[in-house]
Amino acid sequence: MKENMLPAIKVTAVAIFLFSILYPLLLLGIAYFGPNNGKGKIIEYKGRKYYKSIGQSFTGNKYFWSRPSAVNYNANGSGGSNKGPSNKVYLAEIQARIDSFLVHNPGIDKSAIPVDLVTASGSGLDPHISVQAANVQVKRIARIRRFKESVLNKLIEKHTEKPLWGLFGPKKINVLELNIALDNL
Amino acid sequence: MMIDAVGSLLLFFIVVILSWPLGKYMSKVYKDDLSGDGLLTKAERKIFRLMKVNPSSTMNIRQYLLAFATVNMIWLLYGFGILLVQGQSLLNPAGNPSMEWTLALHSVISFITSTNQQHYSGETGATYLSQISVFTLLQFVSAAASLSVGVAVIRCLKRTGQQLGNFYVDFIRSCTRILFPLAILAATFFIFRGMPMTFNSPETVVSLQGDTSVVATGPVAAMIPIKELGSNGGGYFGTNNAHPFENPDSISFVIHYIIVLLLPMAFIFFIGYFLENRKFANMILGVMTLGLVLITIPIVWQETNGNPLVSKMGIDTSSGNMEGKEIRFGSYYTSFYSGENAVVPAGTITSMLDSYMPLSGIPMLIGMQVDGFFGGLGTGLINIFYYLIVAAFLGCQMIGRTPVLLGRKIGLPEMQLATGVAVLQLLVPLALTAIACFVINETPGGNATLGWLGNSGAHGFTTMFYEYVSATAGNGSGFEALGDNTAFWNLSTSIAMFSGRFVPIAGVLIIAFLLSKKKSAETSDGVLKTETATFGLFLFMVIILLNALSTLPVFALGPLQEYFQMSH
Repeated sequence: MKENMLPAIKVTAVAIFLFSILYPLLLLGIAYFGPNNGKGKIIEYKGRKYYKSIGQSFTGNKYFWSRPSAVNYNANGSGGSNKGPSNKVYLAEIQARIDSFLVHNPGIDKSAIPVDLVTASGSGLDPHISVQAANVQVKRIARIRRFKESVLNKLIEKHTEKPLWGLFGPKKINVLELNIALDNL
Repeated sequence: MMIDAVGSLLLFFIVVILSWPLGKYMSKVYKDDLSGDGLLTKAERKIFRLMKVNPSSTMNIRQYLLAFATVNMIWLLYGFGILLVQGQSLLNPAGNPSMEWTLALHSVISFITSTNQQHYSGETGATYLSQISVFTLLQFVSAAASLSVGVAVIRCLKRTGQQLGNFYVDFIRSCTRILFPLAILAATFFIFRGMPMTFNSPETVVSLQGDTSVVATGPVAAMIPIKELGSNGGGYFGTNNAHPFENPDSISFVIHYIIVLLLPMAFIFFIGYFLENRKFANMILGVMTLGLVLITIPIVWQETNGNPLVSKMGIDTSSGNMEGKEIRFGSYYTSFYSGENAVVPAGTITSMLDSYMPLSGIPMLIGMQVDGFFGGLGTGLINIFYYLIVAAFLGCQMIGRTPVLLGRKIGLPEMQLATGVAVLQLLVPLALTAIACFVINETPGGNATLGWLGNSGAHGFTTMFYEYVSATAGNGSGFEALGDNTAFWNLSTSIAMFSGRFVPIAGVLIIAFLLSKKKSAETSDGVLKTETATFGLFLFMVIILLNALSTLPVFALGPLQEYFQMSH
């Protein structure tokens, strides 16, 4: 055992130097040249700073709503609902979200509500909604903000992000950017 | 759907194209065939001199096992110690507390075994110090250790009388030549996609609507590359790759997919070049690819179809089962990624597996149990090696020959070890799940008192079984509705992870060592050819048979029961 102890301790020391000291320092150096010096992409608006990729809660009627979140968009404790697909409490929750959506959005047919608008994301911090989720809210926002629907439709089109190389993932909209643009109209 | 299929095929082929030359390079590294690699060679020589290790020396089986055990014990003590006192102020701007001892023990075992099951949440349960000096470090060293063992096994099969090699030499080379440069490269990509790499304290952000929230951040980009490259999987944040900082966009998703599979696949090419038996490696590659495809398809099919109970409510579910999934990946690529991470025990997640459809659970469980359809870096080979021995034995019995693998006779001790370990791997999760069920039943008030299961019934049963299978296989993903930070779960999964890591590694080293002592048998027409597609298919059948027989009844109690209840 003793003749094994020394090399094992030495090899661990080498690893600590390589991976806990040299490696993070090198990356800090690289991060200095990265977006926002490695502190995450930022959107600045009216003197406030927002993280572009961290979703925010939008529940007011004058904004495009973001997706439901199991952790209420708490960026210090990400999490999903972890509810199973047959869980009765979960199914009742979805039903309640659908009902609430219909109350706030009169004149919308139930079949137009996309599933992402009534289900919680994995991280609870999803910054995006689907294009359909934005479209289905146009009527409500147009009424409250007294805009023409066509103006909002154009805004949505402008903020729709296409899939990478036309291949990976669905079309999506960053809710924060869309709502900032909405405030700027 | 068509376009998604094209995208996923493209992703897979990118991995093949990248891992091929990497495998060739690895063969050179472990043959010590690199000439004039200036700086690295010099650094290595210095390290070897410092450690007083002769790089061309070799260990016998006793020395190798002892070295492996000792170094792991040191990592365990080191990590355990730091986690117990992480709550002090060094590199802890968020002021997070120290870990309770069962949680600390579970976390450190989880990381030295390359499992990376996490019963803590990174945002509030770890500090910058522990993330860098414990978790990231252990991800590197456990991956390098698995890789060294894998190489030692292959070395034994190369020629008769060939030895295991020197653990420390392979370990250092795995660190300096493979993991370190690849991690730097991947981290650079990630940083430029907007992944944080900072030691600043978390900022408080007031949202557009006026809500206040602290945004957890930290040296994320240091941990993420190695968690994928080393088949570890432990995320910086609680929600792993679903978190927007760990996986900001589609480009980062593509990189994630590539680097999870990269080294396990490169290892197969490495086998081909190292043994100078490309056909044999291609056979294994074929079997593994078949496994990956057959496991991914049902998951994708189930998840893109959506939850029928939600469809019944009359809303539009054409985008699939989106509970626990992120818009930027969509249900197709999310489940595609889950297929990959069921077979490769990185076990990272871009979504919450607990909210998956019941029938998605079955392929994920099978993928983890086999743990050899690519499998982990190094450990994938270890697992497939057991199946190879069993398949070669059965195959030779069928044609009435003495059992031979790669020209070496398989004797009684090898066979006993191989079947013993394979059965134990299947038995451990079953037994532990039974104990957990027993505890729930015997506790007055049951789950209501214990608070373990967030979902009741058949789904709750699957949750517990999944936790143990994942721990044993070194996968580390989980159905997160499990209230798992309790002494019972911390300690019982520690047992599963410990036996799931060290028993197969010890077993495979002993078998390989025994085989290396045997004389190469003459190859003649009558010998079972292990390089053919026929044998590959046979091997695949053996794998499925072994695993299906042991777990079918469990599927009936868990996912199948839930499926039938839902469609009723």
